[in-house]
Amino acid sequence: MVMWRALVQRELQLLGRQKADWLNPLVFFLLVLSLFPLGIGPEPGMLKQIAPGLVWIAALLSVLLSAERLFKDDYRYGVIEQLVAGRQGLFSYVTAKICCHWLSTGVPLVLVSPLIAVLLGLDWQSWQVLVVTLLLGTPVLSLLSVLGAALTMAADKGGILQALIILPLYIPLLIFASGAMEAAATALPYTGQLAVLLAFLLFALALVPLAVRQALRMNVG
Amino acid sequence: MWGSMFRWLDPYAKPETLYHLCGRLLPYLMGLALFTLLLGNIWGLAFSPSDYQQGDSYRIIYIHVPAAIWSMGAYSSMAIAAFIGLVWQIRVAQWAVLAIAPIGAVYTVIALLTGAAWGKPMWGTWWVWDARLTSELVLLFLYLGVIALAGAFSEAARGIKVASLLAIVGVVNLPIIHYSVEWWNTLHQGATITKFAKPSIDPSMLWPLLISLLGFALLLAALTCLRLRSQILIFEQHRPWVRQWVDQQQGERG
Repeated sequence: MVMWRALVQRELQLLGRQKADWLNPLVFFLLVLSLFPLGIGPEPGMLKQIAPGLVWIAALLSVLLSAERLFKDDYRYGVIEQLVAGRQGLFSYVTAKICCHWLSTGVPLVLVSPLIAVLLGLDWQSWQVLVVTLLLGTPVLSLLSVLGAALTMAADKGGILQALIILPLYIPLLIFASGAMEAAATALPYTGQLAVLLAFLLFALALVPLAVRQALRMNVG
Repeated sequence: MWGSMFRWLDPYAKPETLYHLCGRLLPYLMGLALFTLLLGNIWGLAFSPSDYQQGDSYRIIYIHVPAAIWSMGAYSSMAIAAFIGLVWQIRVAQWAVLAIAPIGAVYTVIALLTGAAWGKPMWGTWWVWDARLTSELVLLFLYLGVIALAGAFSEAARGIKVASLLAIVGVVNLPIIHYSVEWWNTLHQGATITKFAKPSIDPSMLWPLLISLLGFALLLAALTCLRLRSQILIFEQHRPWVRQWVDQQQGERG
């Protein structure tokens, strides 16, 4: 636990010094969202209808991109090699990494969600559901993105490869999150979808950190 | 108990033994595969009765259904090989992952293309965003991800390990994807043959389908043997037994 706290502190310190790491994905998120009205047309009715899908596609792209360089520096400086060789702190390191990744990408998305609601003309009820889906869904996005980053850490070609292997895994999340928002927009019950999102979160929370640890070990060789 | 049960498999973890086993199996598997594929398809395409509703265009089922079923079967075998390769650190099982992945991807493409060709006369469109179509498409992406990841490392052995891990993650996710798109949207007809219910297909149409199914399975096995043999040669090329074997082959050819 002491080690975990130290690792979280270190991650947060690094994020505080390299503000681009968490600011750029956020700006990217807003930029992608503003592209859609420009490309599809600004009618409020249409925007309201496609808003659930838009928000979620923009969210998963920005979380995915933010994870790309997650392990690169630690790998280059030998931090991960030390942790693998040490046999002790690797799991704490993985969970600290996931936690801080969510704090730096998922939480800002929740915080700017009122702005999104204004931009896309969402009403009060839809905004509430959006916040709940983001709170339940972005941790899963973070978990899977971290897994993608860990798998491709030592690969010669990062970036697009990580998107290629992780985007298919995002599909269920996209379906249920936008499904919940659509149901809420048409005044249908949406607790079922939220329960499924919660189930995804618990499932991913239990298994993904183990897979990430294994992936890091393999990458170090 | 498990140890003694699978003891007979132990020698085949040695690449040389497995290479020769695959070589011995290959002609039988390939011959049987071609025979059953020809039998099943000629029977199905030319001699079985036409459907009262779909006419002759239903006959694509003899290619579409086996390819679709074995595209998933190939993924499961790949994931099992990946699991064995990672848990017991058996290198030949890891190479089998790389051997199966492209075959499975091609089966998936065949299922998608024949499905599109079937959809055009039946549904009036090449593609709909239907549950089964979507999950088959995602399956293709998963295969491509595994292949791409395996090829992305300068050290090939490491790439295969990482790709094996991705294959296992994918197998956990596959049912989730399947059911989520099922609930999301569906138009595809229900399964024609299931284990638990009486098949919704006449025996005169069922037999060629089952033979064709067996044919695709045998073809998958034969192609896996073929590709696994070349994987073994690639990874073991510096070993003396490979050199000896190649010299021997060249000697025989003169």
